[in-house]
Amino acid sequence: MVLLDYIIMIAKVLVIFGGLMGMVAYMTLFERRMVAFIQTRKGPNRVGFEGLLQPIADAIKLLSKEDVTPVNANRIIFNLAPVLTFVPALLTIAVVPVADNVSLFGKEIRMVISDMNIGILFILAVASMGIYGVILGGWSANSKYPLLGGLRASAQMISYEVSLGLALVGLLMVAGTFSLTEIVEQQDSILKLGIVRQPLGFILFSIAVLAETNRIPFDLPEAEAELVGGYNTEYSGMKFAMFFMAEYAHIITTSMVVTTLYLGGWQGPILPPVIWFLIKVVFILFAFVWIRGTLPRFRYDQLMRFGWLVMLPLALLNIFVTGVILAI
Amino acid sequence: MQLAIFTIFSIMCIAGAILVITLRSPVSSAIALVFVMCTIAGLFALIGGLFVAAIQVIVYAGAVMVLFLFVIMLLNIKDELIQRDEKKLTRILGGVLGAAFLLEIGFFVRKGLTSGSPGLFMPAPNEFSSIESISTSIFTKYLFAFEVTSILLLVAIVGAIMLARGKGRTET
Repeated sequence: MVLLDYIIMIAKVLVIFGGLMGMVAYMTLFERRMVAFIQTRKGPNRVGFEGLLQPIADAIKLLSKEDVTPVNANRIIFNLAPVLTFVPALLTIAVVPVADNVSLFGKEIRMVISDMNIGILFILAVASMGIYGVILGGWSANSKYPLLGGLRASAQMISYEVSLGLALVGLLMVAGTFSLTEIVEQQDSILKLGIVRQPLGFILFSIAVLAETNRIPFDLPEAEAELVGGYNTEYSGMKFAMFFMAEYAHIITTSMVVTTLYLGGWQGPILPPVIWFLIKVVFILFAFVWIRGTLPRFRYDQLMRFGWLVMLPLALLNIFVTGVILAI
Repeated sequence: MQLAIFTIFSIMCIAGAILVITLRSPVSSAIALVFVMCTIAGLFALIGGLFVAAIQVIVYAGAVMVLFLFVIMLLNIKDELIQRDEKKLTRILGGVLGAAFLLEIGFFVRKGLTSGSPGLFMPAPNEFSSIESISTSIFTKYLFAFEVTSILLLVAIVGAIMLARGKGRTET
């Protein structure tokens, strides 16, 4: 029986991480095609049917590229940084319940890798570790633009992490639990969805997530026009690809977290839970791409001002209002 | 299984701690310290203090050390500027203090081991095992200390803002 537990555990890890990696690969194609659609272009459509083999071609190209390390770089940290960015981006998925419990071999299997009772704190902890890859990647190259990009990125991520955490407090007050499994189970009707009970919290959390993942309109760390390429300027080949994969993995895992916390996770009528979960996740992913295709970039001072003078007070207001409503 | 995980985490923790004090570059030292924080969080998680483990990562590894790194990078401290203190007195004093500290730790570990605890793994005290019990004890038993700490932090924040703005300068 213990052996069976281990097998189930390993199978869950393989399926969920495998699925995530597949999504990361096809997220690149999805984004390019969608942005092309928004900008009335065609996008990559030559490799395979409608460009479906494009991610594989990209991977082969990046793997076979020359890997350059700058002479003055701190080699160990330079090689460590892409890993430090990639791993936290993947780890979040460990606490996200992807479907309802399933009975197999007479055992109840929970469709989540680790059902911790502190799931939300785990997400925040992992998110706070994601900064290191960016800041160290920028610093270790020993070059001007990456350093500026890295410093900007870390300042931005620290600022918005405060709002990210505070936006969640409102939801925690309503839900009364830190466990993601329980939060999903609570949202079993439309009126009980996180987005209905915490509309302001949802908006704040989504904005903070955009900033955390360094996406437009918060993609200052990679502002091509002013910083060449940002913290990953000096990277090439597979290490560069890892930064990119980390960004996409981050987008996907945070979409899953938003889905779980505010959109009811796998809950939904008729269709099987996994399908509902994926529909909601893909919708959020589309919103990510949509925002990228339509919004310009913030200026740096605007970004900081917005984070501290708009997001933070609104997050506190949200907590206050939630408290008052709960008390009545 | 528990022993194996404990051994792995302790070895990583001690190795990281040694790296913190032996590495010459301040940035590398800081990274090693982050590593130590994470392994300590792993040890907390092992004895069932999941909440404490998460807070350890969020506060120390995620917030404090990021600011540390930030400061190191902004000040751009060079390796050469940190020279080893060659004075004899400081060395002797440091050695004595270190030995005293080690003895102290050894004493308490021994006491813990002989006072009828179930082997190496004392489970975390109830107060630390779940969020409910931690918050209950914070807001009842340790209320005064908790509130005083929050005032202390508030004073520190106000002080930092005053220092950062400088004398007689208005907001830019």
